[in-house]
Amino acid sequence: MSALRAAGAIMARELARFLTQRERFFAALVRPLVWLVVFAAGFRAALGLSIIPPYRTYITYETYIAPGLCGMILLFSAMQSSLSLVNDRESGTMRLMLTAPWPRWFLLGAKLVAGALVGLLQVAAFLGIAYAYGIHLPPLGYVAALPAVVLSGLMLGALGLFLSARIRQLENFAGVMNFVIFPMFFLSSALYPIWKMQESSPVLALLCKLNPFTHAVELIRFALYRQLEPLSLAVVAGATAVFFALALWGFEPARTRPPKRD
Amino acid sequence: MRCRSPAQPAKASGWRSPLNEPALHVAGLSHRWGAKLALDEVGFTLPAGRFCALLGPNGAGKSTLMAVLTGLIRPRPGVVTVEGVDMGRAPRKALAGIGVVFQQPTHDLDRTVAANLRYFAALQGLARRETEGRIAEALTRLGMAERAGEKVGKLNGGHRRRMEIARALLHRPKLLLLDEPTVGLDAPARAAITAHVHDLTATGITVLWATHLVDELHDSDEMVLLHRGTVAATGAIGQLRGEVPLADWFLARTGAAA
Repeated sequence: MSALRAAGAIMARELARFLTQRERFFAALVRPLVWLVVFAAGFRAALGLSIIPPYRTYITYETYIAPGLCGMILLFSAMQSSLSLVNDRESGTMRLMLTAPWPRWFLLGAKLVAGALVGLLQVAAFLGIAYAYGIHLPPLGYVAALPAVVLSGLMLGALGLFLSARIRQLENFAGVMNFVIFPMFFLSSALYPIWKMQESSPVLALLCKLNPFTHAVELIRFALYRQLEPLSLAVVAGATAVFFALALWGFEPARTRPPKRD
Repeated sequence: MRCRSPAQPAKASGWRSPLNEPALHVAGLSHRWGAKLALDEVGFTLPAGRFCALLGPNGAGKSTLMAVLTGLIRPRPGVVTVEGVDMGRAPRKALAGIGVVFQQPTHDLDRTVAANLRYFAALQGLARRETEGRIAEALTRLGMAERAGEKVGKLNGGHRRRMEIARALLHRPKLLLLDEPTVGLDAPARAAITAHVHDLTATGITVLWATHLVDELHDSDEMVLLHRGTVAATGAIGQLRGEVPLADWFLARTGAAA
């Protein structure tokens, strides 16, 4: 019970912090909406979409990229919270949390779940606005997508946690944009189906297929149409486990290193 | 009652009560950062209920020692024991008996003092019904009771520090670690905090106070003098310094101005 209180406190703090940062919420919504309204309008002419699963009819380009933009929200949210972790660590807040008498996996796991819930809130707000804009998805799809969004948020959050633990150079957002967000986002099925990519470059298409972010987007896309994509589920779940294990390794306390004496 | 290095035999008997474990016992603690040896066979014992200064110039190894004592660097088994609990074997149990005030500020500025304390109480797993009573008690001890509802961002530096000390007491630790807690504070705030923390020892709490500022210390305090990663002296400050002002004594021992 007391462990649950500790986890609850970590989550409540993350949520409260997110809700007091109005600018962050605003920015998190404006970014995908600009893509949805402006980018998609310009792009739809250039891109012909055929009917591929899970779609059964021709869809607009806006409808195609909606799941990808959900993924984008989760990606930015996860990277932002991993940067705040770097700050937390420098300000000592992280050290304070890690002095609590619980296993590290538990404390960091609570942080991860909190981050995924923050991401879910943003995705829900985005899909709400997109609905008003005219992107109507199957009503029950919104419910079915919940676990897919949370799992994808966990995967990206675990990646961010690992990055914040190990890679010092990523301390500014530009570095994260260039080396994490852009490659993950553009080398994925978020903006274009992979078969389109295949036409221009088989190598890039292969990279897209290997990118766990592609599978997060596809998991959400299929879930929005009340379908399960087993391969994507397996990849996202597996990547979550691997990234979280790496993050735990990154946050392992150092061991004392006595001098080498002969 | 002395802080005593195991390397030096105890001169007075009874320096360690046979019934009580020492609050903190360190023996043979070494750590290097790359090639630099930050701690070299450090050993000392803190008797329960005393105020002990961890004194040393910058770079003496205080921060590395604090990193070990707060769980950031894990010692080998048998090297660090807190109230008889081995930090290398049972780090979480050992940490549960320690209250920590870090050198860097660790608070949420846009939340109230009480909310900051409530977060920490929950983090420690304290039951909700106990929490409010403990918060009131801890804030009262630090003379902060009337500030409970204020946002931390509105407090001055001294009061923020006192809030952090009150927070470190919520889970009723036996050992309180403070890492240069008065850095950046003005003289009255430093004096107030120093006095408050000295008062805590009257209730049986053991204090380890890392500093390089000698005017915060009393003659009756214990001291561990750290210099170039080794324990250069341990004992009661009054006895160690004799008639020499502590600042001069410190300078003579370390070659650094206090």
